[in-house]
Amino acid sequence: KSDLLIKPPVYKRVMPNGEIQKLIITEETAKIRPYAVAAVLRNIKFTKDRYDSFIELQEKLHQNICRKRTLVAIGTHDLDTLSVSPFTYHSQAPSDIKFKPLNKQGVYSCTTDNHLKHYLHIIENKPLYPVIYDSNGVILSMPPVINGSHSKITVNTRNVFIECTGTDFTKAKIVLDVIVTMFSEYCENQFTVEAAEVVFPNGKSYTFPELAYRKEIVRADLINKKVGIRETPENIAKLLTRMYLKSEVIGDGNQIEIEIPPTRSDIIHACDIVEDAAIAYGYNNIQMTLPKTYTIANQLPLNKLTELLRHDMAAAGFTEALTFALCSQEDIADKLGLDISATKAVHISNPKTAEFQVARTTLLPGLLKTIAANRKMPLPLKLFEISDIVVKDSSRDVGARNYRHLCAVYYNKNPGFEIIHGLLDRIMQLLNVPPGEKKGGYVIKASEGPVFFPGRCAEIFARGQSVGKLGVLHPDVITKFELTMPCSSLEINIEPFL
Amino acid sequence: MADGPVAEVLLRHLEAADGGLDSAELAAKLGVDHQAVVGAVKSLQALGEIIEAELRSTKRWELTAEGEEMAREGSHEARVFHSIPQEGLAQSELMRLPSGKVGFSKAMSNKWIRVDKSAADGPRVFRVVDRVEDEVQRRLQLVQGGQAEKLGEKERSELRKRKLLTEVTLKTYWVSKGSAFSTSISKQETELSPEMISSGSWRDRPFKPYNFLAHGVLPDSGHLHPLLKVRTQFRQIFLEMGFTEMPTDNFIESSFWNFDALFQPQQHPARDQHDTFFLRDPAEALQLPMDYVHRVKRTHSQGGYGSQGYKYPWKLEEARKNLLRTHTTSATARALYRLAQKKPFTPTKYFSIDRVFRNETLDATHLAEFHQIEGVVADHGLTLGHLMGVLRQFFTKLGITQLRFKPAYNPYTEPSMEVFSYHQGLKKWVEVGNSGLFRPEMLLPMGLPENVSVIAWGLSLERPTMIKYGINNIRELVGHKVNLQMVYDSPLCRLDAEPGPPRTQGAV
Repeated sequence: KSDLLIKPPVYKRVMPNGEIQKLIITEETAKIRPYAVAAVLRNIKFTKDRYDSFIELQEKLHQNICRKRTLVAIGTHDLDTLSVSPFTYHSQAPSDIKFKPLNKQGVYSCTTDNHLKHYLHIIENKPLYPVIYDSNGVILSMPPVINGSHSKITVNTRNVFIECTGTDFTKAKIVLDVIVTMFSEYCENQFTVEAAEVVFPNGKSYTFPELAYRKEIVRADLINKKVGIRETPENIAKLLTRMYLKSEVIGDGNQIEIEIPPTRSDIIHACDIVEDAAIAYGYNNIQMTLPKTYTIANQLPLNKLTELLRHDMAAAGFTEALTFALCSQEDIADKLGLDISATKAVHISNPKTAEFQVARTTLLPGLLKTIAANRKMPLPLKLFEISDIVVKDSSRDVGARNYRHLCAVYYNKNPGFEIIHGLLDRIMQLLNVPPGEKKGGYVIKASEGPVFFPGRCAEIFARGQSVGKLGVLHPDVITKFELTMPCSSLEINIEPFL
Repeated sequence: MADGPVAEVLLRHLEAADGGLDSAELAAKLGVDHQAVVGAVKSLQALGEIIEAELRSTKRWELTAEGEEMAREGSHEARVFHSIPQEGLAQSELMRLPSGKVGFSKAMSNKWIRVDKSAADGPRVFRVVDRVEDEVQRRLQLVQGGQAEKLGEKERSELRKRKLLTEVTLKTYWVSKGSAFSTSISKQETELSPEMISSGSWRDRPFKPYNFLAHGVLPDSGHLHPLLKVRTQFRQIFLEMGFTEMPTDNFIESSFWNFDALFQPQQHPARDQHDTFFLRDPAEALQLPMDYVHRVKRTHSQGGYGSQGYKYPWKLEEARKNLLRTHTTSATARALYRLAQKKPFTPTKYFSIDRVFRNETLDATHLAEFHQIEGVVADHGLTLGHLMGVLRQFFTKLGITQLRFKPAYNPYTEPSMEVFSYHQGLKKWVEVGNSGLFRPEMLLPMGLPENVSVIAWGLSLERPTMIKYGINNIRELVGHKVNLQMVYDSPLCRLDAEPGPPRTQGAV
């Protein structure tokens, strides 16, 4: 019936000829890393490549789905080196644990080794560390930290005992399924996995691996509709079967029953099946069509205003800069003579460098740093930026908000206050805000503050509110930003002008 | 300079001269610096055919500094000779004299002096002859007087070996009368003036020819930043395609909107400190739409809406954690949620271009902050084919017509596609964007109708800008270390025009 050249494997869990391997979880362990699953790969034949691949798969799983071993840790052991089961998944005080870690000589106490330290933090704060012993008291491993060398797997290993322990049961089961399905190919009885039993503290026992096959029913027209193709249900079933999702048409001829193997834990919704069908069909074979969606575009008013202003700022002779939104605390506080707590700045946790301590509350430091990095350019330097600053705001759902600011600086042998003032006048003219205290007009009033030179600072009031300040920068500010010439600046919030 | 005194004198001499004159000779005659004469020659040349000037190279002999000293004071050996009195001089004392060491061996080989080694208090030097001719000094003085040719070849090279003489190449002009020769140089007018226009006197005046190879004076203008010029173009493209701009005015976002609402599980590695900037203050979101939050929680932990879910214990405190948004898809989620609350459903197209933050390793092409471009279409019955069609329209406006699609993975889209275009310069297929259909687990809890599909795609703003403007290091484009000259010089952003000649070395 299937036109496949290579038949998909059918994974089976089989009961052992003799005693089943058992792993018992003790009560103490249940408090720290409560879940465990296990299985056996019987009569496996490793080559160097298969062995390397086996180790690599565990590392990759640890990095990704196991989230660096915090959710699940994998242990693989040479069953023939261990004594008869049951294995015990116990927890002990660190000082009581002595074992021979993988790739090392000697008997160790677990707190000293360098490699172990990497994962030690996962259980470090717990009073007891999890350990897996065999019935002779030989340690298999200390999850999630490392495996013992006694039961280390080699190329010659024939029988592998796999245990996955952790804090997420679903993931532990998935991880086990992934490993055993991938490597059961090399067992004498191909694609079979020997069952193991795990006994929980409450006495309940489970048999693993689950290796569950699941059946899903999807309508053929759903797949056609989502991908944008017109295949018959039979063809769709063929496409899916080629992706190793064995499918057949059932029912009224429009339904497709799909068997989902244990290797596909990523299939959790019909859309995952739709993608597989599309991949089998070939993305580049799908016909490109245009949606009939009729819409009229709208600009965001704030961005529309920003675009208009940008062009006229350049027409006024100023050059646009694009500076970082993240900076150091110093940049927005100390260097401006302000206290950081007064800035209502948003703080980042654990910044790697000072450059990522806070989000900027003013555009001025960015422009001053741009000038400092372009000292060799001819004077005057006239820069501007219209972009967002961030401040804390408890009226917003996240507790912070952006404001769209416009900032301009004039850097020359003379401070050029009249030029910056002239620029403000021009901006107000463009925004159709007349000069004067009358309703809807703007006015500037003398002001003071550490950022500006005393007597040369003014606050700007427009449409009834303070929208910003302009002035000659204070020499302290100029020197703290490693500049040498006089400088004047203007910064306003443009949102009141929407 | 053409109307300067040197030029006028030169013309007068030229008039009187037979055939022509040499610039260096004239300079010596006038007692001026040779360069002044050269300057006059050049400016006369610029006036047209008044003179003809031929560049000549002559070699001359000149004394070195030491040679000049010797011409003045005499050669070392002569000085040695003259410092020895009748009764001779102790050799040790002689050696201490300034010319002693050098002069001694020369004087010895000239047989002007002799050494008595058997003298009582050490070797003693005596004159052999009564007087000497300081031949070296005489020769040097000849050269100084400009008569080096009187010396033989051998004598000259001997002096050169002693580093007293050097050969100097002198570039001079041989100036002769030109076809339009005249001793009177009329003043060349530089520019037309209002008086000339009104009086008409421009008709009688000669005007200095323009040098069309020189640059003009650049107007005193402001400039727009290249990245933002590209942003303007992308905005324009979306508007032309009927897309409405989404609000994105919040750099700070909660994990809920940035991850959970997008069906990205809480244990996903991207939610690590390593990739995401989490906040210390404000650390947690103050408000979340709780009904919706519960639906999201259920979908993650138990499934629903046709999904198995992820089956892990979903935690509210994890969702509350504030961060700097890692993509603008969080703004898209907010917009789609708002759209879902409006009944009946209206098909919509959205876009946004704004800043996002990633806490990743930084290098020449990656910064912690960059701009993401995102386009979204929400309508009934949208397919993967529609997504590809929209992408083709979008990229055509960018001048990209050859597209190929490859399966990809995103936590919140399924199916997902990477979009590739063929780069003529690099002669290979390069990734130009990422796209997909949003998962039902994301859309249905919002309240969007079941048969509504949402297609979306995204790309970064920096990458096409760096390719367009030939910039290799992102720090030269974004941030305060930008090269302002590059901003001043950057051309118009014409996304669908052919790329111009490369302006930088090793352009990407």
